[in-house]
Amino acid sequence: MNVQRPAPTATPPIRPDLRHVAEMVTPGARVLDIGCGDGALLKLLADEKGVDGRGIEIKQEGVNACVANGLSVIQGDADLDLAYYPDRSFDFAVLSLTLQATRDPRQVLLDLVRIGRRAIVSFPNFGHWRVRWSLLVGGRMPTTATLPDAWWSTQNIHLCTIDDFVDLADRLGITVERKLALDSHGQPIKLSAFANCMGETGVFLLRKG
Amino acid sequence: MTTATRLSTITSAEELARLRATLPGHRFVIPADDPLPLDCGVSLGPVTVAYQTYGTLNAERSNAVLVCHALTGDQYCAEDHPITGKPGWWLTVIGPGKAIDTDRYFVICANVIGGCMGSTGPSDPDPATGRPYGLDFPVITIADMVRSQVRLIDHLGIDRLFAVIGGSMGAMQVLQWAVDYPDRVFAAVPIAGAAYHTAQNIAFHEVGRQAILADPDWCGGRYLEHDISPRRGLSVARMTAHVTYLSETALHRKFGRNLQNRKELSFGFDADFQVESYLRHQGSTFVDRFDANAYLYITRAMDYFDLAAEHGGVLGKAFEGTRVRFCLISFTSDWLFPTAESRKIVHALNAVAANVSFVEIESDKGHDAFLLDEPEFFRVLDGFLKGCAEHAGLAEAGS
Repeated sequence: MNVQRPAPTATPPIRPDLRHVAEMVTPGARVLDIGCGDGALLKLLADEKGVDGRGIEIKQEGVNACVANGLSVIQGDADLDLAYYPDRSFDFAVLSLTLQATRDPRQVLLDLVRIGRRAIVSFPNFGHWRVRWSLLVGGRMPTTATLPDAWWSTQNIHLCTIDDFVDLADRLGITVERKLALDSHGQPIKLSAFANCMGETGVFLLRKG
Repeated sequence: MTTATRLSTITSAEELARLRATLPGHRFVIPADDPLPLDCGVSLGPVTVAYQTYGTLNAERSNAVLVCHALTGDQYCAEDHPITGKPGWWLTVIGPGKAIDTDRYFVICANVIGGCMGSTGPSDPDPATGRPYGLDFPVITIADMVRSQVRLIDHLGIDRLFAVIGGSMGAMQVLQWAVDYPDRVFAAVPIAGAAYHTAQNIAFHEVGRQAILADPDWCGGRYLEHDISPRRGLSVARMTAHVTYLSETALHRKFGRNLQNRKELSFGFDADFQVESYLRHQGSTFVDRFDANAYLYITRAMDYFDLAAEHGGVLGKAFEGTRVRFCLISFTSDWLFPTAESRKIVHALNAVAANVSFVEIESDKGHDAFLLDEPEFFRVLDGFLKGCAEHAGLAEAGS
């Protein structure tokens, strides 16, 4: 007997860095996702890891979409609203592709490792060879897949390289527990010596002290 | 079905009692031998709580949604009003397949105590004298309103409400519920609300109250015994308040400087402008359905509301350890209960790591937006409740 199964409902592909962020989260954890966008990571974590998730998103359309999908999300700003959260109130504080758009990345990082027992941060690596090439040869502000906007319209005001980030974490007394550099296909780069040059996105698992 | 009688044409206590008796809906009486303790120190009893329900309470009694009405609202939220004949004030939100889905939830809406639509208020007879209470009615608070609702919920055999939802003064009741009875609320949705009444809000209420008190027909609050009603005072109170529910953009769009049924200015004090005519109409229709003393008492209850004050001035303490799932909703053009006030509550909830969602809806319709057609608001409320229902293990509609 030939039973036709209904086609699985199509879900949009998840951003590669979010897939790696999700892998770092332990099942059943309490997670605060800062800059949660349309809630893709929160949804993934709820569905696959039974996570108790909350989100903060600056754009109203994103917040409305999240809440309308049953996710607990507030409209807020990483630069302004993290101060209200108590110490160690979450197992993980996640900041994905948002650090470079904050006004005070140092304070945001300190808040992340204060609010979460662990923090997970992903950011576009400005040390990626395409960026270097674009500036070196083209002599123009780089626009790439992870940095698509022109210099005059970008939200990204605090870009850094993977090595810069490691250096700042060290200065702030933040321990890097795991460090991933993802290539343009979202695959981790095996040799860490090439991470700063070959990685398009950095994903870090951090803790205080 | 509309009863022919309007509150404004009633000028005696007996007539009012007759109208009350004909109002449709349920009645629950808090008995005199187990009275309701009020914040002012008085115990009030007997107290009637008039309420309406929509939908069906499930076998587990777990699908009840308490809807809390605003200052001039009442329990007829999802049906035609028995006095005005107008559609229920939240028919946009409550009903089969709507955000508060009556196919899934059992909706309860009670007239607040101190009100004038069947629940005990200042126009009811004082058992001590047989005369209408008038100003002998004790000053009630938002917490007192909630206490009376708790007694109603007890009476209905409901341990925990699935959700408590309300806008404006309804939002105050929602917050009070969540703070005072956190174990009896699964989800709380305060809409266009605040954790306290601001100086500006108190100021507008005071203007309204003074208009009523200055009307000679108010008679020191004993107008029912003099067979009159302070129509002019209550009407001015409503006109003032109504402006605060709108926005400059909404007023401009609706009326601009358009003249009312005339081509030129009259050089007099008739309603030359459409906006004047509109406000006069709002005032005069309001007195047809509302009691002046009830207006004094309920505005006072709102003025006294200050959640943080009850918790050493720190709002976060009011919510410590709460497991209630919150969804705060505000509207961009609401200047009476602005987004900043909702955000203060969100910050207090964040400070205790509570489960909170917060959405600001883009609207130019002012405070009244929560009563109007705002599809984005409906979508958010619907999504939040469905998400909560899943967490609470409530069966889906029709299953």
